[in-house]
Amino acid sequence: MKLHRILLAPSLGTILIFMALPIAITTLFSVLTPAQYGGVIWEPSAEAYIRLLFERDIFDDTLTFNADYLQILGRSVLQAGIATVLCLIIGLPTAWFIATRPAGQKSLWLMLVTVPYWVNLLVRTIALLLILRDEGPINGTLQSMGLTDGPLPLAYNNFAIGLGLVSSFLPFMILPLYAAIERFDFSLLEAAYDLHANRRKAFFAVVLPILRPGLIAGGLLVFIPGIGSYLAPDILGGGKTLMLGNLIGMQFQGSRNWPFGAALSTILMAVTLVALFIVARRAAREDA
Amino acid sequence: MQDHGDACRLTGLGRTYGRGATAHHALDGIDLAIRANEFFTLLGPSGCGKTTLLRLIAGFDQPTTGEIAIFGRNVAGLPPEDRPVNTVFQHYALFPHLTVAQNVGFALRMLGRPQAEIASTVGRMVELVGLEGMEQRRPDQLSGGQKQRVALARALAPGPKILLLDEPLSALDAKLRQRMRSELKALQRETGITFVFVTHDQDEALAMSDRIAVMQGGRVQQLGRPEEIYEAPANRFVADFIGGANLIPARIGAQGAQAEGLGVVPATGAIGADVTLAIRPERLSILPTEQQQPGDLGPLTVAERIYMGNELSFRLEGATVPLHVTLPRGGLRGAQDFGLGEAVCLRADPGAIRVLAS
Repeated sequence: MKLHRILLAPSLGTILIFMALPIAITTLFSVLTPAQYGGVIWEPSAEAYIRLLFERDIFDDTLTFNADYLQILGRSVLQAGIATVLCLIIGLPTAWFIATRPAGQKSLWLMLVTVPYWVNLLVRTIALLLILRDEGPINGTLQSMGLTDGPLPLAYNNFAIGLGLVSSFLPFMILPLYAAIERFDFSLLEAAYDLHANRRKAFFAVVLPILRPGLIAGGLLVFIPGIGSYLAPDILGGGKTLMLGNLIGMQFQGSRNWPFGAALSTILMAVTLVALFIVARRAAREDA
Repeated sequence: MQDHGDACRLTGLGRTYGRGATAHHALDGIDLAIRANEFFTLLGPSGCGKTTLLRLIAGFDQPTTGEIAIFGRNVAGLPPEDRPVNTVFQHYALFPHLTVAQNVGFALRMLGRPQAEIASTVGRMVELVGLEGMEQRRPDQLSGGQKQRVALARALAPGPKILLLDEPLSALDAKLRQRMRSELKALQRETGITFVFVTHDQDEALAMSDRIAVMQGGRVQQLGRPEEIYEAPANRFVADFIGGANLIPARIGAQGAQAEGLGVVPATGAIGADVTLAIRPERLSILPTEQQQPGDLGPLTVAERIYMGNELSFRLEGATVPLHVTLPRGGLRGAQDFGLGEAVCLRADPGAIRVLAS
């Protein structure tokens, strides 16, 4: 009785110090006043949340609606959403392929999926930039073959950011899908064929619904870090197209507006939690 | 009744896995004609090819040689979804995300039948297998026997011309298995659908089948009615596999078959030929040695006596192979009993000894 509480203490302590406390501090800072050179003054203020939607006139303090920050939030959700769908389209066949290999080969293929992770994300992102940029090997090859006159605009745009997100998060889609397919009872597929389903119908009526938990897990694991991702938009987007992660980063660095950064983080957290809640509710309802 | 043409005709059917020296012939030149409205059983030990044969008929696998015709139509190249057969899988393979009603209606939905027709067929099928009131349950809320019935209803719903059953009773406990046997047989008679039933359980096969094909090593060893298979096994394998006969090596002599330590048994054949005598354990009587007559087997010694409730089982030593005898407890022979070490001889019922080529 006593002992198991003592044994729980390290993990509870870790969660408290490294998860609950930072979230609490972030939320608290979002309703304080910014200090001049970063940090906060302990004076309650809703200014950070007002700033999210309105622009305050510097002379008469009137508020005018400003959709800039909402646009960044919307763009982040859209980019992360597109990356999630792309990861799904690439990840499902990949996971299927690995899960249907002979038992001895599966771990090798899984290891190959994780190989890129042996290299730091920053290095990988910069490497991708080197490949995509105007002087990079893709443009170089295309031009030397005479297929294009000038360099194709591959880097520093939404395409590059999307590619960066997909390449960063694809394994997070593949691994849960692999686990789901690995557990999939392939006699169900034979049963579907036997009961007059062709391949397409069997896929949509049997395979997809049964893989749903894996699809949801993979989707969340790509979508959530995708919304707040920092490196891909910063490096591959060239800082031109902001995503939420960059905006937050700016508030704690150049702009020195900690409460606004904290407010953006809180909003991001809220959006994520709402998304998780909806998914969990739907899953619970379908299981009932 | 209806016309008794062939529901399924298999000609020279073979299935080989691998190539060259490592090739494995799972099926080797199968010729079978399964009649319409028949309860046909493929019986054999695991690895005999019976399941491979079923999968070829269902279309999950393609034959290496030979062809399959279903009601006169060659089904080569026809995918499973286009064949007029449905399967009851060994472990049911019910769709876990669908209710009982949705499972049963699955095939009709895939065939694009109208909602009203699906609903009425599902209702009929659920009633046929006695699952009224369970329509909205999911497979994980069902017992083994109920899952079995859903699997049956699901396979019958699209109205197959042939129903394939892959060891459907093996996952049930003994009591339920007994009951499902008679239910399956009744269902087959009621629906008039040809059943092709795969099992390794000889009791199941004998109890339900109109005809049985005993398989071993990818070949049909014997084809016949249950009585023929049991009473007149065609070879050693069938005699041993069905009912566990005593198999005694013997040589044909002038007066009959000579088995070492057992004397001479009336039998005919080419003089000097090595044969196997097959005798069912329940068709032998045990007698004290002083009552031994010409033609009786013995003398032998009682090496083991096992009480099994409704019968006594004995193992007797003294011949080249141990001999097994079962005596019923009750009736005229019921009084018989023998102790360990007792010297005895055996008398076979008239016509009970079959002479098989070794």
